[in-house]
This record gives sequence, structure tokens and C-alpha cells, in this order.
Amino acid sequence: MTQIDFMGKRKAAYIISILLTVIAIGALAVKGLSLGLDFTGGTQVEVSYAQAPSLDDVRDELGEAGFGNYSVQTFGADTDVLVRLQQTFDEGIGQQVIGALRAQGEQVDLVRAEYVGAQVGDQLRDQSGLGMLIALGVVALYVAFRFQYKFALGALISLGHDVVILLGFFALFGFDFDLTVLAAVLAVIGYSLNDTIIVYDRIRENIRRSQSNDLIRIFNDAINQTLSRTLSTSGTTLLVLLALFFLGGDMIHNFSLALIVGVVLGTFSSIYVAAAMLLLVKLEREDLIPAKRENAVEDELP
Amino acid sequence: MLNRYPLWKYLLILLVFIVGVLYALPNLYPKDPAIQISAANSSTSVGDSQISRVTQTLEQAGIDIKSHELDNDTALIRLENSSQQTAARDMASQSLGQGYTVALNLADSTPQWLQSIGAKPMNLGLDLRGGVHFLLEVDMDAAIDQRLDVNASAMRDTLRGEGIRYRNNTTGDNAIRFTFANAEDRSQARTLLSRQYNEFTFSNNDDAGPTLVLTLTEQAVNDIQDYAVNQNLTTLRNRVNELGVSEPLVQRQGPNRIVVELPGVQDTAEAKRIVGATANLEFRLEASDSTSADQQQAFEFRSDAGRKAALERDVIITGDRVSNASTSFDDNGRPQVNINLDGPGGSQMNRATRANIGRNMAVLYIEHKTRTRTVTRDGEQVEERVPYTERGIISLATIQSALGNQFRITGLDSPTEARELSLLLRSGSLAAPIYFAQERTIGPSLGQQNIDRGIMSVIVGLILVLAFMVVRYKGFGLIANLALTVNLTLLIAAMSLLGATLTLPGIAGIVLTLGMAVDANVLVFERIREEMRGRSIQQAIHTGYERAFTAILDANITTLLVAIILFSIGTGPVKGFAVTLSLGILTSVFTAVMVSRALTNLVVGGKSLKKLWI
Repeated sequence: MTQIDFMGKRKAAYIISILLTVIAIGALAVKGLSLGLDFTGGTQVEVSYAQAPSLDDVRDELGEAGFGNYSVQTFGADTDVLVRLQQTFDEGIGQQVIGALRAQGEQVDLVRAEYVGAQVGDQLRDQSGLGMLIALGVVALYVAFRFQYKFALGALISLGHDVVILLGFFALFGFDFDLTVLAAVLAVIGYSLNDTIIVYDRIRENIRRSQSNDLIRIFNDAINQTLSRTLSTSGTTLLVLLALFFLGGDMIHNFSLALIVGVVLGTFSSIYVAAAMLLLVKLEREDLIPAKRENAVEDELP
Repeated sequence: MLNRYPLWKYLLILLVFIVGVLYALPNLYPKDPAIQISAANSSTSVGDSQISRVTQTLEQAGIDIKSHELDNDTALIRLENSSQQTAARDMASQSLGQGYTVALNLADSTPQWLQSIGAKPMNLGLDLRGGVHFLLEVDMDAAIDQRLDVNASAMRDTLRGEGIRYRNNTTGDNAIRFTFANAEDRSQARTLLSRQYNEFTFSNNDDAGPTLVLTLTEQAVNDIQDYAVNQNLTTLRNRVNELGVSEPLVQRQGPNRIVVELPGVQDTAEAKRIVGATANLEFRLEASDSTSADQQQAFEFRSDAGRKAALERDVIITGDRVSNASTSFDDNGRPQVNINLDGPGGSQMNRATRANIGRNMAVLYIEHKTRTRTVTRDGEQVEERVPYTERGIISLATIQSALGNQFRITGLDSPTEARELSLLLRSGSLAAPIYFAQERTIGPSLGQQNIDRGIMSVIVGLILVLAFMVVRYKGFGLIANLALTVNLTLLIAAMSLLGATLTLPGIAGIVLTLGMAVDANVLVFERIREEMRGRSIQQAIHTGYERAFTAILDANITTLLVAIILFSIGTGPVKGFAVTLSLGILTSVFTAVMVSRALTNLVVGGKSLKKLWI
């Protein structure tokens, strides 16, 4: 079995974590998330062609004319097309779109151009935020019940660390944050929690089995023992995500990007944030071994 | 003996798998473009005569019909060609007239034997398949008139309270008018009202006696309209979510319109009825002998048009005070709606009923509707909408004791009506009437190229996972892959049963769940490798599964907790994601713990092995 001194390098990891968190919070505060069409709304333009166009050509023409973040759909008949743009609505925008679409000399008429509101209501945003907080609370309770409250603290901080840095990453680079990315963030929470609990489970088991009080050694052993599992799981998940990222096209590009960053963060934080936090909050052997120590040992005998 | 399952466990797993395959199967059959016809109200019904009338009309117009069916008072006419769908809808709607709702639909072609066990395919989302697009227009004039009426009635109270007498009171053109007997009363009223109502501008007019004109400021008009659209938007979102359609789109378009897009929903006719419904309730006391004539109003009973009752003009509460509503059946098997009121509603109801024990209270069902008629104006055919309101008593019962914030109402026609009423009460009423301005099918929002690439990447990802497992865990990798296939089948079956909607990110989410589902197997296999040091092979397998179990359980329970809470609180896309995640967790725990264990036991269990192929 490999023996890497993970805990020995924890000071460096703290610095990286704190630095990333500060940059992320800074980016979120200064630049903010660049919200996608789902959250901001924009303009909806309905056009009518004389002959059914190829939607891919329509998309290309809009792209060439410099519109960003649009969707193109047939609307009722094959000749009617609905275009949604993130651009704020103004009087001239319908004509701009028509101008772009006539680039190849097609016969297109403007039916109507109008402002559209966000697809995601305030209600959804507020409720989801509330839901997230309650979910974190319940998870903390469960971990405190199955492990110990110091573990719950570590799991929460590690989860917050991952989500904040992931959001900060999207803010910093100005990638579009739409509903698919929101789904990815939720998935990252699940993944990161999963990873953390696996490491915690092994730490709990090792503490109960060993007679040693050397927590750093116990942690190192636990992390090393779960290392090949961690790499296997992260490896398979990353394989899927890289396939989605490189082959999946525009729609799931940001989705897979968010997950790739999230999986890397989740793996890192389950070792350095979740486990190292236990040292910071001064976990002791006695926290996991109540009075009935003898029984616990007997149970482990095969 | 170690690593042996009794026969019943193998059979149980086999049974679960077969059931999974059956319920996943409908997803392999394509959907037909169709139009769906249902009765718009209880006085009409759909039968063979309506179907034959519609099919004749369509055949004459050269529209190819694939088949038609009648089920539960709803007719479904399947078409050969999706480009003729809109035209067919218009023709059917014209030939049947007012009493019917005709809607576009994508009907699944699941064979009868699968339908009979309740199997149905998943819906594809707006991004992959498109759906139905409704454009609803909010009646702004009605919103303003409603607000004026509420204000006018409050002002009348104020004036009466101060003993100022007015001769006449009218509303209209964004203004409220009071005519007084003399100019002195008017100036008194003006001073009094201008203190309270600052969203009005006040002016005097003497054309028909001393009149005070209160006109809404432009700002106030805008605020009212904005509020009406936003309130309707929220209500529509609630209703669409109540319909159980996942991944819908509800957004504002322009100043006074709302777009609702639903991915190929099962019952578009129902969706249309619910989305556009404006039903509400009013609770009023029956007029007693002491009630003066101008404080009375007579209404007909909904179930019995000849019967009438006189009610008091004052409303105790309206359906807006309902915080929750559900349906059930009373002792005689008749449908009833159980109602919970919010705090203020409960105390108002309690006050009114406590003081009036022994009197009758009526539940009034109110529905705002619009009739479309074609009129010729300046030589052109113009469609004109005439709004009208239907009011009918659904129950009139003696108050036996003071009511609190929980009670039930009976007297509804059918379980369907009870269900729809409780849905409407739960999701809130509309702040202003709305009507359908446009209904169209809408194509997928993603290009075909994008969809193809997405699906392809998902398949590549899946193959990579399978290959990785075989390379790393050899024989056990094959077992894990088999378990993974069972997992995918069960997940698709469960999502189909729940009527989940599949979007491209949803598909990617499923593959991701699979990527994570491998985790449970990985945990077990790594543990077996570890335990093989110093233990016999059979013991290593046994302990491996045993020891990995707590880790699998704790990790999955915590994630499941997150998913359940997101499901119960989130709406729309968050909810859809939570469903996929929780189902994925349940199926992957089952397959990793039971299926892969069973396969392992079947292949190597109880045999004396020298070497394990892991």
C-alpha cells in the first residue's frame, strides 16, 4: 500500500484553500455571476420565412452577426421561427435580427419582437436558497448523529468550501451560469458529501480499532487506504465528464465544466478540508469511543 | 456457508429486474402527433358522434388520420403528419364549437399490454423534443377595474362613517366618480379622501351636479398592471407545478403577456383548462329577514339551475385566504374539498360563524370566462372577446358551530371538479383574468446537431466507464458492469413510472449518477483486495462486502437527505434534478449491495478458489 504523508502537507493545503476561497468571494462580490438567459430574460423575436429554413443556418447567421446566447426553435409551422436572445429589448432589435437573417438573401419577415422575463422566478430562487440551507442543516444533524458533531462541522465547512470556490470560478472567468450549471452545483454537493463521508467512515473505523492516540497517523492511514478508491471513483466520473465536455456540444459544455471543477475540488476537500478540519477542531479518540470500549473491540473480531 | 444466497433472493432480484425491463420498455416506442378533445364544462360530453364529426371534417380537408380513440370522456385523434397538427386543431375546434377544449398533444404509442400494467414512456423536455406553447394575455383593464371597485367600496365606507352623503358613485376610465348634493359635502369628502388615497389625483367637475373625480396616476396604473402580471406569473408557475409537469417554462413576454411552454404533456386539454381557469370561492351568509333589499343578491345553484337563494352582499372570505386544500370523499362517497385557511382568514371565519350559529352559509363558485365572437367592423372580420362571470352556489348549509381554520365543503359535481378546485385554491387565484392569445407547438430549443452530439458524448462516457471497470477490476469489473446495466434499466423504469421529463442535462445527470454508482462497487472491490491479505478468498469477499457497507450506507443516506429536501422545497428544474438524484441513489444502492453481491455469490460463492480475478 502506498504511504503518502497527506497530513504533513496540510499547512500548504490550508494556504491554497484560504487563497482560493478569498479569490472566489472577491470574484463573486466584484464581478458577480454572469447569469444566463434562464435567469435574466431578454428579447424574443418571432420571424416568418417564405420557405422553411435550416435551423442550423439560422443559428450560424445569428452567431456571425455577433449575438451571444440565443436559442432558435420552430414555432407551429416549419416556416415560423422563434428566436430568444439574452440582449435587453429595445425598439431596433427586431430589425437587427431580420438584417442578420437576410444575410444570404432569404425572404424573412418580422412577426413580433418583445421583451421576455426570466424563466426562473424570484420564488424559485428564494425557495432553492432556503432548501439548500435546510438540507445542509439536516445533513449536519445526520453526520453528528452517526459520527460526532466535530465531523458535522468538518463536513459542512468542506461542502461550503467547494460550492463557494466553484461559484467563484464561474464568476471570475465570466462563464454563463444557467439552470444546467445550477443542476451541476447541486450534483457537486452530492458528490463532495459522498467523498467526505467515505473518508470519515474510514477514520471512524480506524480510530475505533487502533489503540494509538496519534491522530495524524490514523488520518494518513485512512486517507491512504481509501486513496485507490478515491482515485477510481474520481477517475471514472472524470472520464464521463471529459467525454461530455469535449464531445457534448454547447448545451452541456458549462454543465460538464462545473462538474469537472467540482469533482476535483470535492476530492481535494475531502482530504484536506474535511479531514484536516478534524485536527483543527481537536478531535479526540474519546469522542468516538464512549465508555463501552471493550465491546467495540470485541465486535471487530472475526 | 459463506457467500451463498438462498434461492428466493436470486428470484427476487430477477423479478425486480424483469419488472424494471417492462416499465422501461415503453421508452422504445416513438410518439404520435395528435389532437386531444375534451369537454370544456359539465354540460357537454365527448362521444362517438363528436369523433366522427371531427374525423369527417379532417378527412375532407385532406389531413391523414392514423387512428382515433375515446377514453374517459377524452378523444384522441392521432395524425400521420406533424406539420398538419395545428391546422387539424383549428378545424376540430371550429367544427365542435364552444363546449369543447381542443388541444395539441404528443400521444405515446405504447402497446396495449404494456399500458394495461400502467407502463408509460418518459417525456422528452422542451430542449430535446419541444412541446406546446401557450401565449396568455392578461386583461389589464379588468385588473384596473377590480382595483377601482375595491377602492370605491372602501371609500364609500369611509364617507358613510363620516356621515358624508353622496348621491351617485361610478367607476370607469381609470377613475372613480362621486356626485354629491352640494359643493360643501364635496370639499369635505375631498379633504377626507385625499389624506388616505395618494395613488389618485383629485379634481372637481360640475357637469352633472358637484362631482369629485379621482383618477389613478400613471404611476399607479403601471404599478397595478405590473403587479397583476407578476402575480399571475407566480400563480401560473404554481399551477403548472401542481400539474406535475416537470421542466416547464413560464415567463413574462412584453408588458401584458405570459408564455407557458409545456413539454409534450399527457393531458394538454387538462393543462389548458387548469392554466386558464379563474375559479374562486366566496363564503357568504344567506340573507335573513332583517337584511335590507339592497344588501341582498340572488344566485342560482350550480347543480340545479331552477333553485335560487338570496345571499348577503357582504363576503366573509374569498378563496384567496385558503392556505391548503385537498380532496377526499364523505361517508356517502361524494367528493369533498378539505380546506385550511390562513391566520387572518381563520379568525374572520370564526368571528362570522360564531355570531351566526343556526343561520345558513353559502359557498359561491365564481368563474370568469371569455366568449370569443366574430364581428364585422369597418368591413373586416375581427375577433372580439366578451368577458362574463359565472356565479353559482355549490353548497348552502346550516352553521352548526363556530368554524375555525379547518373545514370542508361538499356539493361538487364530480371528483374531477373537486380535484381541480382544490388545485386552484392551493395555487392561488389570478390577480386579473387571462385568456389564450395563441397556442402552437414549439420545436426543440436545441439544434439536432447539438442533441446528437450530447447523446453521443453520453454514450462515449458510458463506454469509458464500462471499459475502465473491466481494466481495473477484471472479472469483478464485469460483475459491476452487469449491475450497472440493471441499475440503468431500473432508473429508467422508475423515472418513467413517475412521469419524469428528460432534458439533456437530465441525461447527463443520469450518466453522472452511473459514474457515482460505480463508487459503491469500487468501495467493495477495493475492500476485498485489502482484506485478501491474510484471509481466505471467501472470507475476504464476505468481509469486503460487510465492511464497505457502512461507508456505502452513510454516504448515500446523506446525499439522499439532500435530494429529498431539495425535492420538497425546490420547484421546477431543481425538483426534477432532485428526483433523478434520489432515484439514482436508491437504484444504485440496491444494485451495488444486492445485485452485484448476488452475481458474485453466483459465480464464485462457496467454491474453493486459489486466486481471485480482481
